[in-house]
Amino acid sequence: MNPTIAYTIISLSATGIAAAIILYIIAQRFRVFEDPRIDEVEDALPSANCGGCGYAGCRNFAEACVKADSLSGLFCPPGGNETMGEVASILGMEATEQDPQVAVVRCSGSYACRPRTNNYDGAASCAVASSLYAGDTGCQFGCLSHGDCVRVCDFDAIHMNPETGLPEVTDENCTACNACVVACPKDIIELRKRNKRDRKIFVSCINEDKGGIAKKSCSVACIGCGKCEKVCPHDAITIENFLAYIDPVKCKLCRKCAPECPTDAILEIGFPPRKPKPEEVVKVEAGEKPGMESGTEKPVEKPAEKTETAESKADKDKPKNQEESN
Amino acid sequence: MRTFRLGGIHPPENKITAGSAIRELPVPEQVSIPIYQHIGAPPKIIVERGQEVLVGQPLANSEGFISSNIHSSVSGKILKIDNITDISGYKRTAVVIRVDGDNWVETIDRSDKLVKKIESESQEIVQTVLQMGIVGLGGATFPTHVKLSIPRGKEADYLIVNGAECEPYLTSDHILMLEKTDEILTGIIIMMKALKVEKTVIGIENNKTDAISRLKEHARNFEGIEVQGLKVKYPQGGEKQLIKAVINREVPSGGLPIDVGAVVFNVGTMFAVYEAVQKNKPLIDRIVTITGKELADPGNYRVRLGTPISTLIEAAGGLPENTGKVINGGPMMGKALNSLDVPVIKGTSGVTLLPREEASRKEIQNCIRCTKCITVCPMGLEPYLLMSMGEKEMFERMELEKTMDCIECGSCSYICPSNRPLLDYIRLGKVEVNKIRRARKN
Repeated sequence: MNPTIAYTIISLSATGIAAAIILYIIAQRFRVFEDPRIDEVEDALPSANCGGCGYAGCRNFAEACVKADSLSGLFCPPGGNETMGEVASILGMEATEQDPQVAVVRCSGSYACRPRTNNYDGAASCAVASSLYAGDTGCQFGCLSHGDCVRVCDFDAIHMNPETGLPEVTDENCTACNACVVACPKDIIELRKRNKRDRKIFVSCINEDKGGIAKKSCSVACIGCGKCEKVCPHDAITIENFLAYIDPVKCKLCRKCAPECPTDAILEIGFPPRKPKPEEVVKVEAGEKPGMESGTEKPVEKPAEKTETAESKADKDKPKNQEESN
Repeated sequence: MRTFRLGGIHPPENKITAGSAIRELPVPEQVSIPIYQHIGAPPKIIVERGQEVLVGQPLANSEGFISSNIHSSVSGKILKIDNITDISGYKRTAVVIRVDGDNWVETIDRSDKLVKKIESESQEIVQTVLQMGIVGLGGATFPTHVKLSIPRGKEADYLIVNGAECEPYLTSDHILMLEKTDEILTGIIIMMKALKVEKTVIGIENNKTDAISRLKEHARNFEGIEVQGLKVKYPQGGEKQLIKAVINREVPSGGLPIDVGAVVFNVGTMFAVYEAVQKNKPLIDRIVTITGKELADPGNYRVRLGTPISTLIEAAGGLPENTGKVINGGPMMGKALNSLDVPVIKGTSGVTLLPREEASRKEIQNCIRCTKCITVCPMGLEPYLLMSMGEKEMFERMELEKTMDCIECGSCSYICPSNRPLLDYIRLGKVEVNKIRRARKN
């Protein structure tokens, strides 16, 4: 064999071995111990990195779970109880069960119900608009319609309805990750308990003005009349600052409040159609099953009806031409 | 010609109402006086519904140090104390008074006679300024007595009086300097006494030569007052820009004028101080410029606080057909109103009506990295960068990039060839950074 080749092989092998030894020593010396359970927990999580748990991402949440002494206060909203059960079994801890929730938009002030009094032409962002002024309608609490909630949703669960100018939540996709709730500068979106077949009853308004003022700016505003509070058999409704609020936990979905509301501010979604006569209400409750499927398929039928009727009302009001922003 | 060092722009001046004499706007039938008219804590209401009040009678007393008193600008009966839409567009507490006659509180001297002799001592002046509800009338409405109470360890050697009025369209300070020259100068002497400073410089932009020469002439009769003509450049009337131009000192980032030994007041405030100390008159009216190219009779009016802006527009010839925006203030720093029923408050230096073709914003395009916004920023910031951070909600980073130094002059948005809403996002950043800072404190 040519000595040059032999020397080359020997010297390269020697260098290689020396480097390997050095690397081995360094690897031993500076080894970072990582709990293997972190990887396991991360695999069990949905990998959506939505931030709904309050941590920066799924890995971060997994680390927090492994480090924690108990799982109380740690919850993955998109995964729900099932995922948390899995995480608990990996870590040998007890999972805290939470009622599944869903995002609810508490404003029905569509273009038709809530006449625009001026025309905003600044940056199309709710955050910017609300830092400038109260909004382009007479209601300072209502939706600004620039869609900050839609932009932050990772699950394609909230969309802007171009006709009403209001966001609409697709219940199947909503994971209650809280992103839209944080993004809304007007605090319109609320996480409420998810009921069977996605049924819900809620006051779709957060206007705290006195009745007259609220009604003037929006035809479907809550005027705080208190009729719903009186009729509620479960003490679920409270009125504060001229605004009714239905406690989602106390509410038993009896539907007694909605027909009482003089401004149609209480929305009931996902229920079978109401029979016109009061005697037949008992029958509807008993024969719930046939209407059930249609209720699950099309949960947003009721408010659509409402907007149509209100549209003709508000057409008469001509918006003035004053514009906002500089 | 003296001016500030960094940036600046020169928008069309459009001073339509320059030299138009101050007219008294008749007292309206009803006024709504918002309780919250200044920076700081809202004052506490001391009157009740149904009560009869006189002109100059206190309606609300200041709560805390940074706050201000509110007085009735008319005489009559209090109809209600309720939430009304104010200039911000939000509903806030206001006292609504139905006007009945014009009966003033007896102690107020209503004559036009100039009272030059100052009898009050330094501390008394500060007390009077607080009692009479004087706030900065340049637009920021910062309570004046706070500026007069210099923090321990700091010292003022210059009083700077702001007569720059760099905002296009507005002429209320200009006409005040021409018509109330001696009153303003006396006001300055009062403030010099309160602050114990010996030197005062009045800074006036060079497009008001009549005001400069008039003030120069009259200032000879007063000791320690100098008048300085300044280059016409927006935002020359910014506090920090004015200090740089007049005494060549630079206020450090996050600092106050007092850090460089200066206290800055607007000429309008000087007149209000004169009336408060020498005539015992609280801040119940102010000069408002009502202007617009299409307006039949634009002018400078002396308006009682609480008068609806619609009344003011009526007096100036009514709302022109193609009005696009009604702005509280001038076109650069003013804010568009979303209702004409909002009342004139202490900070209303003018009302500008823009025709539709000038009022609307143009389509927003992509940033082309031309750096024009950086060139014009008088605070040396990078608006394009701040805006993209604002869009991406990087508010901590915005704080590091000195967002809080922004004086919201709007030069960046004005110059941007892509019509980007730079200031909108910077303002959003300022709101968010303030929230972060407050959270950090707690």
